[in-house]
Amino acid sequence: MQSLLQHFELSVAIPLLAVLLILLFRNQPSLREASSLSIALVLFIFTTQFIGSEQLGVTHTLFSITPGLSLAFHIEPLGLMFALLASGLWIVTTIYSIGYMRGNKEKNQTRFYLFFALSIAATMGIAFAANLVTLFVFYEALTLCTFPLVTHKQNADAKTGGRIYLGILLGTSILFFLTAIVVTWLQAGSLDFIPGGIFDGKIGKTGAVILFTLFMFGIGKAALMPFHRWLPAAMVAPTPVSALLHAVAVVKAGVFSVLKISVYIFGIDVLADQNAAQWILWIAIATMLVASIIALSKDNFKARLAYSTVSQLSYIVIGAALANPIAALGGAMHIVTHAFGKITLFFCAGAVYTATKRTQISQLNGLGKQMPFTFSAYLIAAISIIGLPPLVGSWSKWFLIDGSLNVDNYIVLLAFVLSTLLNCAYLLPIALRAFFKAPDNEEAGQNIKIQEAPLACVIPLCFTALATFLMFFYIQPIYDFLAPAFLP
Amino acid sequence: MLSQHLLVLQVVVPLLSAPLCALLPLASPGKYFSNKLAWLIATVASLISFVISILLAIEVSKHGYISYELGGWTPPWGIEYRIDHLSAYVLLIVSGIASITMLAAQKSIEKEIAHEKISLFYSAFLLCLTGLLGIVATGDAFNIFVFLEISSLSSYVLIALGNNRKALTASYQYLIMGTIGATFILIGVGLLYMLTGTLNLVDLQQKIPELLDSRALHAAFAFFTVGISLKLALLPLHLWLPNAYAYAPSMITVFLSATATKVSLYVLFRFFFGLFSNEVTFGEFHLDKILLPLSILAILIASAVAIFQDNIKRMFAYSSVAQIGYMTLGIGLATKSGSVAGMLHLFNHAIIKGGIFLAMACIVIRTNSVQLSNFAGLGKRMPWTMAALLLLGLGLIGVPFTAGFISKWYLLIAALDQRSWLAAAVIVGGSLLAIIYVWKVIEYAYLKTSSKTIDSDTASTKEAPLQMLIPLWLLVAASIYFGFETSFSFGFANTAINALFK
Repeated sequence: MQSLLQHFELSVAIPLLAVLLILLFRNQPSLREASSLSIALVLFIFTTQFIGSEQLGVTHTLFSITPGLSLAFHIEPLGLMFALLASGLWIVTTIYSIGYMRGNKEKNQTRFYLFFALSIAATMGIAFAANLVTLFVFYEALTLCTFPLVTHKQNADAKTGGRIYLGILLGTSILFFLTAIVVTWLQAGSLDFIPGGIFDGKIGKTGAVILFTLFMFGIGKAALMPFHRWLPAAMVAPTPVSALLHAVAVVKAGVFSVLKISVYIFGIDVLADQNAAQWILWIAIATMLVASIIALSKDNFKARLAYSTVSQLSYIVIGAALANPIAALGGAMHIVTHAFGKITLFFCAGAVYTATKRTQISQLNGLGKQMPFTFSAYLIAAISIIGLPPLVGSWSKWFLIDGSLNVDNYIVLLAFVLSTLLNCAYLLPIALRAFFKAPDNEEAGQNIKIQEAPLACVIPLCFTALATFLMFFYIQPIYDFLAPAFLP
Repeated sequence: MLSQHLLVLQVVVPLLSAPLCALLPLASPGKYFSNKLAWLIATVASLISFVISILLAIEVSKHGYISYELGGWTPPWGIEYRIDHLSAYVLLIVSGIASITMLAAQKSIEKEIAHEKISLFYSAFLLCLTGLLGIVATGDAFNIFVFLEISSLSSYVLIALGNNRKALTASYQYLIMGTIGATFILIGVGLLYMLTGTLNLVDLQQKIPELLDSRALHAAFAFFTVGISLKLALLPLHLWLPNAYAYAPSMITVFLSATATKVSLYVLFRFFFGLFSNEVTFGEFHLDKILLPLSILAILIASAVAIFQDNIKRMFAYSSVAQIGYMTLGIGLATKSGSVAGMLHLFNHAIIKGGIFLAMACIVIRTNSVQLSNFAGLGKRMPWTMAALLLLGLGLIGVPFTAGFISKWYLLIAALDQRSWLAAAVIVGGSLLAIIYVWKVIEYAYLKTSSKTIDSDTASTKEAPLQMLIPLWLLVAASIYFGFETSFSFGFANTAINALFK
């Protein structure tokens, strides 16, 4: 047992175990979902074992194809945090999926659970990747494993959405990401993630700007404009998949890669010295604001949330591009805080759909009385995303702003303030509409009974909303946990 | 000792099996029996040549090269068979693919070829194999031409046997263009013979450097370039290929796509780096100045054209033209690492494209057509075939953990090492175009719930026979295996090119 605990790379294999069990019980839905859930629990408990373990910093090389091309895993604070986040939210999402998929009588549920587990396996690979090639391999695997989930409904919309999804994600990764990796290999002679970066003066100023830009656009999952279209396009998927995309795995894998490359390939100091990230900084600011404005214009509940994600992801990219340790730390924290906030919002959107089949924001009038738990959770999560205390979202924003002040960048500060206002403008009206506007249908307004979505849907969303509140008070452990990766 | 004669047996075994197949119908009364026997002979002959090429590869990696004096005449007067790392590598590909093709062929051939022609078909196949193996094994310039003609003539016949009437025009087109190509090569060989008085490749190699000022030598080089490019289907001389691949019998497409153009590429390596050295080819004759732009155009244009094909076999044929562009692009970079990458892609692509066309053969045997509309819902009805096609398609795109990724990786490194940003952009851009055409098929197969399932014929489609599925999955396994383990595929190519380059 003790020796097993040394092998953090098993966290890639554990979800594959779920794949086997799901295949085995494909005709017994209850067993199938039970095995999915229990493996999720096992994975989470397994990853928690590594908090504070002496394994930090150890690299395990699985095999090496040629120099430069090797599959290796290591464990460091940022990656462990991502693994904990993804495995923890997998549990919650699985419970929610059971309620949602059964409540909406979706077809092909076995395929759904199967590829969900595969996606988690790929995510674990990303979290523990010890070099760029390993990261790239699992990054691509994640794109391919989520494709069947995005196109779950198999209708014309799903097909178009799937095309955009795959086209942009595979396209940017092959066009820019792979090129950037090869350039890195030729310049630095190494692809390993090493604290402080690997270039060691081997790259010029212009080279660094070009390379960093290639990386940032290559990581299409971070949804920098103009490569953000895949995220709204993927809205055709069932809601648990949206949760997976927005909170658990996909976009988080993107911004995680952004941070990882900034910290462990370039090194924060090198980024700052060579001013390599300035262009990306402007693009991220633009993305943050423009996506918020687009979100304002969307009436579709999930589409508005999708653009909100595009905007929030840029917070994290800005955190990396400011080239300041505190800002980068804030970015890493924002991965966690945004995950809990956004998963709650998506769960709410899905719960509304399951209970009432409504998808548009303009249809939500007065629904708060019918679904009080759902909309209370929505309100809490929305405030967390906006960044007000006493909810956890305020902390990551705090550190991001602190970081921008450290480098005396007041434009970024202004942009954060503006973005916060926009957040209020597109998130809060939904809750207000639900609680305070009279229902459209007068007769129904007379006699409202509480009629929530299935319990399996409501409990997870209440739990994650509660988490955004509780984590506000426990930010110190998270800070202490992440700090070694950023602060020397 | 038998082992001394291995090298010549490589060519002689299929050569002697060919007439055996042709004579079978005369000897045995029952047609069915003789067809089966012909298949057995062809399969065994292919497998024997595969085993021989493995043995040869082991010998070569021990001793560097093996030479065999035909009829006991010492070279340069007599004909020499000579293989080094380069030839051993290509021999393995050709005989390996031939074995896989023959193992899978029986049912598909019975369905597509008229019964009275089947044993003749196998005979032509064996001749084609003889020709391809001969080109690679021989150390004599004229002999290369002879074997080139053997393989070409038999492949015209094989293509013409396709059961669509368009196969005849396709074959005719190939005949005309192939003959021009072979003639050009012959003229080149003739000029060299006139200048040096020898046909032995090693001997020629030593005599050419003294003749660099000769106009005739320049002309010979030009004739070689055009002739080989024709046989190689390098854009814009590729016109024969799409139709030939699309309308040939399914199994012949499998075989030719994975071997014929690859052997032409071998000839390119042999002539331009073996006869003329790389210094002469790039330094004096500037081959890279032609090869690089044409390769870039080949990748972009052929991939773009592939996207618009509705006949999927034809689509993958255009994809082959693009992939050949990748190989010549590697060579066109004019560096050692570029040529190694091109060589490596030759190997990986043979496996991937052979597999893809084998999947096509599986689909044809069950549904009679490779039109895109026919793929609707095939993901459910032929799960194993389509899963194989998906994995091989990912290899073609160059997704990590497939052989295709390894070759793209080395090509990219070679291109960026030369600071050739355009070439690098084309390498990755070509992958994007590949995503589009591969995904067109995948999407149809998995997401299009076939609207015409009422059509009883398509609804009852079953999975392909096991006899075809096993070879298909062998190729899938190989395409993944060589995505992980490159010590052979890369190591051998690397040694081969290192020996060739100065």
